[in-house]
Parts: sequence; structure tokens; C-alpha cells
Amino acid sequence: MSEIQTETTQLETRNPKLETDLKELAQDMVRRAMAGGATAAEAVVREGDEFSTVVRLGQVETLKESGSRAIGVRVFFGKRAASTYSSDFSRAGLDRMLKSALELAKITSEDPFGGIPEVSQLGSLKGDLDLYHEDVYSLPGTQRIEYARRAEKAALDFDPRIKNSEGGSFDAATGRKVLANSHGFVGEYRRSYCSVAAIPIAQDEKGGMQRDYWFSVARSLGRLDPPEHVGRIAAERTIRRLGARKAKTSHVPVIFDPMVAASILEHIFEGVNGDSVYRGASFLAGKLGQKIAGENVTVIDDGTMPGGFGTSPFDGEGIPTRRKLVIENGVLKSYLLNTYTAKKLGLETTANASRGLAGTPGIGPGNYFLQPGTKTPKEIIGDVKEGLYVTEFLGHGANLVTGDYSRGASGLWISGGELTYPVEEITVAGNLKEMFFHISEIANDLEFRGAVASPTIRIDGLTVGGE
Amino acid sequence: MNHDNFFFKHYGLTQADLPRYLAAALSAGGDYADLYFEYLSSTSLSVDESMVKSASQGISAGCGVRVVSGERTGYAYTDDLSPERILHAARTAALIASGPAKTPAVGFQQKPARSLYPVSLPSVDAEITAKVELVMRVDAAARAYDPRIKEVRASYADELRNILVVTSDGTIAEDSQPLARLNASCIAKSEQQSGRGSAGGGGRVALDFFFGEKTPEHFAKEAARQAILQLDAREAPAGEMEVVLGPGWPGVLLHEAVGHGLEADFNRKKTSAFAGLVGRRVASEKCTVVDNGTMPWRRGSLNVDDEGQPTQETVLIENGILKGYLSDKLSAKLMGISDTGNGRRESYEHIPMPRMTNTYMLPGQDDPEDIIRSVKHGVYAVNFGGGQVDITNGKFVFSASEAYMIEDGKITAPIKGATLIGNGPDVLTRVSMVGHDLQLDEGVGTCGKDGQAVPVGVGIPTIKVDRLTVGGTARKDSGGFMQ
Repeated sequence: MSEIQTETTQLETRNPKLETDLKELAQDMVRRAMAGGATAAEAVVREGDEFSTVVRLGQVETLKESGSRAIGVRVFFGKRAASTYSSDFSRAGLDRMLKSALELAKITSEDPFGGIPEVSQLGSLKGDLDLYHEDVYSLPGTQRIEYARRAEKAALDFDPRIKNSEGGSFDAATGRKVLANSHGFVGEYRRSYCSVAAIPIAQDEKGGMQRDYWFSVARSLGRLDPPEHVGRIAAERTIRRLGARKAKTSHVPVIFDPMVAASILEHIFEGVNGDSVYRGASFLAGKLGQKIAGENVTVIDDGTMPGGFGTSPFDGEGIPTRRKLVIENGVLKSYLLNTYTAKKLGLETTANASRGLAGTPGIGPGNYFLQPGTKTPKEIIGDVKEGLYVTEFLGHGANLVTGDYSRGASGLWISGGELTYPVEEITVAGNLKEMFFHISEIANDLEFRGAVASPTIRIDGLTVGGE
Repeated sequence: MNHDNFFFKHYGLTQADLPRYLAAALSAGGDYADLYFEYLSSTSLSVDESMVKSASQGISAGCGVRVVSGERTGYAYTDDLSPERILHAARTAALIASGPAKTPAVGFQQKPARSLYPVSLPSVDAEITAKVELVMRVDAAARAYDPRIKEVRASYADELRNILVVTSDGTIAEDSQPLARLNASCIAKSEQQSGRGSAGGGGRVALDFFFGEKTPEHFAKEAARQAILQLDAREAPAGEMEVVLGPGWPGVLLHEAVGHGLEADFNRKKTSAFAGLVGRRVASEKCTVVDNGTMPWRRGSLNVDDEGQPTQETVLIENGILKGYLSDKLSAKLMGISDTGNGRRESYEHIPMPRMTNTYMLPGQDDPEDIIRSVKHGVYAVNFGGGQVDITNGKFVFSASEAYMIEDGKITAPIKGATLIGNGPDVLTRVSMVGHDLQLDEGVGTCGKDGQAVPVGVGIPTIKVDRLTVGGTARKDSGGFMQ
């Protein structure tokens, strides 16, 4: 209910201690690790606030508001490394964290490729990357709840068959990240995020239920789609699923909408991830400079795009992010690497290190996307006599080692170039090694709803499993 | 509550503080409030290329305050356990309600709880060198299995979670929950093919478990065996056919097909395909499915759930008839059903909700070999990756990672991984045979719901499903797999 007085506490929930200088703290941890005998050290501090609310059938269902922070250190003794983390920022908590990192490093193995980046590699992009907008928290509490309510209401009002709902929601979050290392690097950035979503449920005359969703996400409140728009699309997506049936087992062209196409694109990301490549655990290992997809396929990873969901001034190891071609006209141009995997492969890092609080840095995308084509999705669908339009995947059936691909799916059947009836309880299967050669169409509808994005695509040669 | 409680001892929390925090939580008139104190310490180690490349340890502690008012939930948490911060979180969560302050019950009752995982030395405190030995032994055993094993990764992770739950209706509960897991993953290569395999296990056990019951060599050989097997795998068939599931981890079928759909929150909101089906047939007579949080040492077990309620064994489906739901406090109250002790949360940062513990099907009468023999043309699936379900339309998938063709009653060739897809409310009605060989998984399951991950267990005897869609690639004209 809107009488909830969240606005009175809105910003107070941020921990007052968050104002302490986290840069100083991170640098101090590095200094103390070095004083304790480490030959190299790195510290990361994260803090953040979150707000979320769900309104269901017009009533507030949950309201959550909090802040938290944590610190992690990674230390090296020569070529041995270990890491520890803590949410306890007391003197004793930090001492214990450092002490256990220094002890733990004694039991790990000498790894000739271990270490933090060279001094010359370190740095941070200059200028405003448009990642932080305080306005995500500018709405008073009642208005935030209104956002969620409006999104849900638009969905419920859209069609009488929308009879239930998992709710409308509004979320906002801000986060700050600090990284320091013993080569003198210290950097920090803040990012903000807000989103509005609706998950309506429709029911047909036989009682069969379907749910779907839609959302808008942005770094600034001002860029969020109106809640009514989000609710209406969610309702349209849900209604069109009513009365879904199984499809016949067949081999037909399959068109993937942008959301599911992005998840196919993620398999290329996993395939060019240096960690899988050096282990030979990727179907793309050893393919640098070779054709791995059709001429029409160009994939870019760019951590520098202002306002992007995958943008940051430096990667998880303190190296400035950059733009690179991953696939150019079907040819594999670059793996995505951090310092360690680059050394293992005898290449340069691509500044894709991702750093959690603990463990060795992993590899994460910047803004990673498939270059759009020129046709509209409607034109691409219009070219298909009989085929499948996939709007949702179920499960994660991709084997990156063998390329074997098999996933549950639902969507709409294409007949005579038109979307006809909804289908469900079907599978889509193929092999990733071949699939990217068979992307026969790429639409013009690229839009970022996260760090990984794809336009609508058509892939031929897949098996649709059903009746 | 004795004064040895972890939070009393280490954070200066006192019995007198608790009613004060709860009163703050109810200061705007909520119906109910609880505090969840958590202190989690964890260790992890991993081996790659026969080197211990990563070792980490960490501490995470905090307190979550929940206030319930009607169907509404307010939640706030703090990672600073000072009285000011907890009171602040309590006052923030309080604002979900709007009315005159209420007072919490006076005095706390500790419900009698089980001791399902009494470890004298929690593995987090055990010698790190012993854990290094475990991962190195995995590496050595996997490499020794077959020269075609080219890559091995081994990892070990353990944690100890100390919790204290205090509620405004006068319950206090504490628990110390160990959890350990050892994992092996392998890549095999021949000239033509690659394959991968993984295996792992553990539970709420001490470190000695891995030196006795389930050794590193056990997991290593299993992962290596699966990877080698894939080198000869044929294309999987596509379409509907008979499917036999092997015992143990294939119980993930139950978790996806029926377990989630029977969580009370979805049924209270009528968003589940199972809503309103209590008392109705949802499975063949041979199927009885339970959720049991009281199994000693199991990964999915808990002495008390994350709302302080003792766990129990709950019958979900009895001889094919739907008997009930898995509930937490909120749904129990709003639906007028009993709290089955399934209120769980990932951490102090999360709102509890109904979750599974160990979910399995009771054994039947059939001989597993007879089950295989009864299949003319189908798939025998013995290992799975994971699964997923759409609660509302009931469609679920689970991905077979080790499977074979059955032709004329005999297991023939191994097939490539494939997703199996079905409809939760009716898949079990097509279970025509249930083996007498119930097994539980080895302790690998982690379930995700609304972004919250919790450890769970699954189990199943060998069963035959008369018709299920298999998502392979084989064309009708290749290999003759299609009917």
C-alpha cells in the first residue's frame, strides 16, 4: 500500500561507515600484505545498496532495503597465490583476513604463469563513462512502489485473460568498487542500476496457464521505459503463449528473438574464454585466425561504451578496458583473456579480467554483442515457410567441450511467413561448431538489456524435437 | 538459550537485546517479525594442471530482519552486528506495516531439535594440508584412469554456517551447519572426439568422510569414466520415446517436475500448474514422493529451517495422489496449512521462502533389469547436468549427460548429451515401473529460486517413463533411432 513511509528512511539505510575512505583501506591492506612478506598483493573492496519492491495484484508484497560491503585480498609469495575475504571490517576482522591469506599462500603450488599485471599495463579510462546516476534513488518510497504497481496494472488491464500475476517490481542499486595492488595501482568506480518489470499470468478457457515477463533496465531512472510500456509488452508476450501445443519433430529454420539469441551468443563468449581455451575445454580452442562462423557474423566486445551495462574504466586486475573484434566476418580474431590466461597462451591480455572477492580472477564480458544486419525481424520471419520462432529457453544444455547443444524451448510456429500458433515442450538441438556457420540472417534490432546483446537471428540445420 | 551461543560469545549479543530488536521491528505494527543472525566461514581449493592454483578462505556475517504484515513482507539486513545497525535494520523493515506498535512475545522457547550432523571438528577448522591431499589425489586418480584423460580439475569447498533465529512469537533456534563437497571434472580426447565428465559429492560431513566413505579416487574415476564414455557417443535421438532413468541423481526429475510446483508460495498465489490439485491423481499408483529434511549427514538436511522450525519428512505424493505442499511460516499461516519446516534462505541478505530439502521417490517392486528388458526402443539416462522448470505451465527440462540407447530390451550404445522435456503435472502418470533400488545422489545439488541458491538432495529408484520427449539431433534417416 502506498501509505508505506519508506521515504523517511530512504538514504539513511546506507551504512554511515561507507563514507570511510575505501581507497585508503585497500592500499593499506596491500601495504600490510607486503610488510607481511608477500611479493605482490591486490585488494578489492565492494560496497553497495539495494532497494527492491514487488507489488502483486495491486498490493505490496515485499519491500527490501539494505546496504553491505566486503573486502578481499590476493597475495603472492613468488609464484604461489592465495586469497581471502571478509565482511567484517573491524581491526580484528581485517587482521585475520590478512593473516590467513599469508598462511594459505604457503600451501598452493608454484605456478610459473602467476602474478599481477606489469606496471606498464595498469591504468584507468579517463573521462565520465556515464555509469553512475544518483537518480536511481531519487524517487520517494511511495513512487518506487507506484512504478511496480503501474507496470503490473498495465499488464492486468491489457486483456481479461490476464487473471493472475507474479507481480510488478521496481529495483534500484548502486555499487562502488575499489581495486589496489602492489604495483601502485589504485582505482575506483561507482555504478548505478534500476529496473522495472512485470510477470503476468494468463489463463485460457480450459484453465491452462502461461506466464511471461518483460522488463526495462537502465543506469539512470530517466532512461527507464515507462512502467505502462513494460507491463503492456509483458502482457502481449504472455497472451500469445495461451493454448500452446507441441510441435512435430522436424528440421526447420529456427529464428531466435533477441533475448534467446543473446544466450546463444554467450556460448561463443564461453568458447573464446581464455580459461577454456588454454585447457582445450572449448570447441573454439586453437581456432584463432580461422573461420568459425559465416561471413555475416561479426562479434565485438567493448568495455568502454559510455553508459553500457558491461562498461568499466578498468578490468578486475586494474587494466584499462578496450574494444576488440572477437569475430570479424566469420574469422576468430581474438580470445577474451585476463593476465593469467594471456600468459598461458603467449598472448596479450584483452582486459577481460573479472574479479570477485575471492579466488583467482575469472573472465567476463564488456559490452559483448553481435553486429546487427539490415533486415527487420518481420522480414526475416516473412521469408520462412515453415519454422520455429523461439522466445524462451528452458535449461542449459550446451556442452562447450564437444559443442553439443540441446535445450528446451517455447515460442511460436511460423507458417507461410507469419507467426501462427504458440508451441511448447519442445527441444532445439544441434552442434555449436556448425551452428555459427548456419546463422543465415541477422536482423537490425540490436538493443542492450544487459552486457551481452544480440539482434534477432535465424539459424538453419537445427533439430526441433517434439511429438 | 545458553551463553555459549556463537553470537553471544563473539558479538557481545545478549538475551536482553533480542526483545529490543524485535520490538523495533514491530514498532509500526507488523504481525510478526524475526531476526536471522548468520556467521559463515568458508574455504575452497582448486587444482588445475596438477597444481593447486587457487586457495581461498572467507568470512561473511550479518543479520536480516523480517517483518510480516498480512501478506506483506518488509526486509532489511546489516553486515555490521552492532546494536545500532541491527536496530536500524529493524526499523527499516518495520515500515512495511503502518499502525500502532506491537510487542513481541515475552520469553523464548527453544524447540527440541535433532542433531543430524554432529561433527566434532568442522571441516573448515581441519588441517588445510589434508584438503590439499584430497584435491591432489583426485587429480592423480583421474589422470591414471586412462591416457586419453587430458585435463583434470579438482576442487574442494567447505563451510560452517552458524545461525541464530529469533521470532516475535517466542521461538529461538540455533544451529551449526557444516557443508563440504569434493568435485572432479575431466576432459578426454581421442583423435576424433572430445568428452567431458564430472562427479562430486559430500554433505553435512566432516573431512574424514572423504578419507573413508567417499574417497577422492571414487569421484575421480567416475568423472574420468564419463569423459571417456563420451568419446564413443552417438547422436542422441529426437522425439517422444520410452525413457528409463537410473537410480540416484536422475531424481532431479522429481525436483523439477513436481518439487518446485509443490512449493506452497506458488500454490497460495495460484501461479503453479499444481494449484488446486491436492487430493487429485498427479502420478501413477507406483509413485510416492517425499521431501525429507531429517536425513543424517545429507546435503539437503537441516536440524531447523531458516525460520527456526524443525525439519520433517513430508509426503508430497502418495500412491499417485497429491497430498500436500512444502511450506514456510508465511504460506502456512495464509493458507491455513501446517508449517513443514521448508522455510529456507541463501543468507542473511535474503527473505526466506518454501524450498525443498532432500526430495525422492520411495522404492517400488520392480527389478531394474526387468525395467530395461521391457523397453523395445528408448533411452536409458543415468547422469544429468541440471534442470529447470516453468512453474506456471508445468514444463520442465533436465539435461542428460550420460545416456544410452535401449534397443530390444538391451542397453546398446552411449549417446551424446541431450535435454529431456516434459510436463510436470502429468509426467509421473506415465511412470509404469518403479525399481526397488532407491538411491540418493552423492551430495552435489544446488537449487536456485528467485536468485537464491540453497543446497538440496534428490533421489529416485530406477523408473520407466512410457513417453518423454528427448532432445537429440539424430535424423530419422541416420542410425535408425526414430520410430
